[in-house]
Amino acid sequence: MTQQEALFNYSLRLGDNALVLAQRLCEWCGHGPVLEEDIAMSNMGLDLIGQSRGFYSYAALVEGKDRTEDDLAFLRNEREFFNRCMVEQPNYDFAATMMRSFLYGCLSYLQFRALTKSTDNTIAGLAEKSLKEVTYHVRHSSDWVIRLGDGTDESHQKAQTALDELWHFTNELFEMDESDEVLIKAGIACDLAALRNEWNAMIDEVLLKATLIKPSESGYQSKGGMKGMHTEHLGHLLSEMQFLPRAYPDAKW
Amino acid sequence: MNSPLTVEVKEIWSALNSIPDPEVPAINIVELGVVRDVAVDGKRVKVTMTPTYSGCPAMKTMEMAVQELMVEMGYEVEIVIVYKPAWTTEWMSEETKEKLKVYGIAPPPKLTFEHLHPFSSPKNVEIKCPFCESNNTKLTSQFGSTACKSLYFCEGCHQPFELFKCH
Repeated sequence: MTQQEALFNYSLRLGDNALVLAQRLCEWCGHGPVLEEDIAMSNMGLDLIGQSRGFYSYAALVEGKDRTEDDLAFLRNEREFFNRCMVEQPNYDFAATMMRSFLYGCLSYLQFRALTKSTDNTIAGLAEKSLKEVTYHVRHSSDWVIRLGDGTDESHQKAQTALDELWHFTNELFEMDESDEVLIKAGIACDLAALRNEWNAMIDEVLLKATLIKPSESGYQSKGGMKGMHTEHLGHLLSEMQFLPRAYPDAKW
Repeated sequence: MNSPLTVEVKEIWSALNSIPDPEVPAINIVELGVVRDVAVDGKRVKVTMTPTYSGCPAMKTMEMAVQELMVEMGYEVEIVIVYKPAWTTEWMSEETKEKLKVYGIAPPPKLTFEHLHPFSSPKNVEIKCPFCESNNTKLTSQFGSTACKSLYFCEGCHQPFELFKCH
C-alpha cells in the first residue's frame, strides 16, 4: 500500500466517523428532551459535519480523482463507509446518546490531541481545530453521564443499560489496519493502542462519579466497521441522509 | 499575517474592516480574527481565512462577502482556507470585546488550561452579566444560538444572556 492510498483511507475514515455521528446527533433536532439539549446536540452535530468536510476534502485531494467532499458523503454505499460501528448505533434514548458521545468522544479527544503532532500539515491543522470542539463535546457528554448515572433510579438504570449495550463496540474503537501502520511509520497517524490506557482512565474517572459499573472485558465485542462491515443500522441512516442528493443529483440550494 | 504591508494591502485590510460578522454584526470579520493574511500581486489578491468553528454556517457568507468586496475593488481574488493555527478568541482585542459587551454578549474570558481539558470546567472564571455587570451568573447550556456562544442566566437582573465562548 502506498502512503497516498493510506492517507486517503485514513482521512476518509476520520470523515466517516464524524459524519455518521453528526447525522445521529442531528436526528434529535426538534426532539430534544429540553430546548437547551436540542440546541446542544445540533450544535455538536454541526461541528462534526464541519470536521467531516475537512477530512473528506482532504481525502478527495489526496485521491486526485476529481471526487468532491459531497461525492464522498453522499455517493458511497454502506460497505464503502469505514466508520466505527459505535457511532452508527441508534439514539435509543437520551442516556444512550450521551453515553455514545462520551465513549467515542474520549477516544476522539485523545486521537486529535495526538494528531496535532502529525507530520502531515493538513491532518495536524484539522486535528488542532477538531480538538477544541471535541473538548467541549466531551465536557458536555461526561457531565450528562454523571448526572444520569448518579441521578434517579430510572436515569441510573437507563445509563447503565446504555453503557452495557455500547460496551460491545469499544474494542473496535482501537482497531487499526495497514493504512494506520503505513502512516504511523511516516509520523502522520497516531498509534491507537498507545491511547488505550489513557482512554480507560478517562472512562473510569467519569463512571466512578456516575456510580456506573464498567462492563467486563470478556463480553462479546463487535468488529468490522473499518472494513465496511456494519451493523444493520448504518444502511438506514445512509438511506435517509443520502436520499436527496441521490434523488435529485446535483441539486443546489 | 506575514505578507508585506504595502499601500494596497493596507487599503484592503481597512476595506475588510467594513464586512460585519453575519451572526454578530457588532464586530467585523477582521476583529473576529477569521482573516489571517492578505497578499497582493498586481491586480491579484490572495486572502487567507480560517473558520471559527469547523461547521460554522456563516463561513460561506463571509467568504462571499470578501469575494464581492475584492471584485468591487478591481481585484481578481483567491480565497485560501487554513486550519492552522486554529482560530482562538485570544486573538480578539480588548476593544473588540468591549463592542461585544455593548451589543449584549458577554465577551470571551481569557483562555486557561482548564478550557483545554474536558473534565476540568473553568469554575473560577467569573462571567459578568453584560447588562447589569453582576457576577452572580450561571451557565444554562454550553451550547447556544450559534456555535460560538453559550447560554447564561443572570441572577442579578434575572435576564438570560449569551457568552461568546472561550475557544
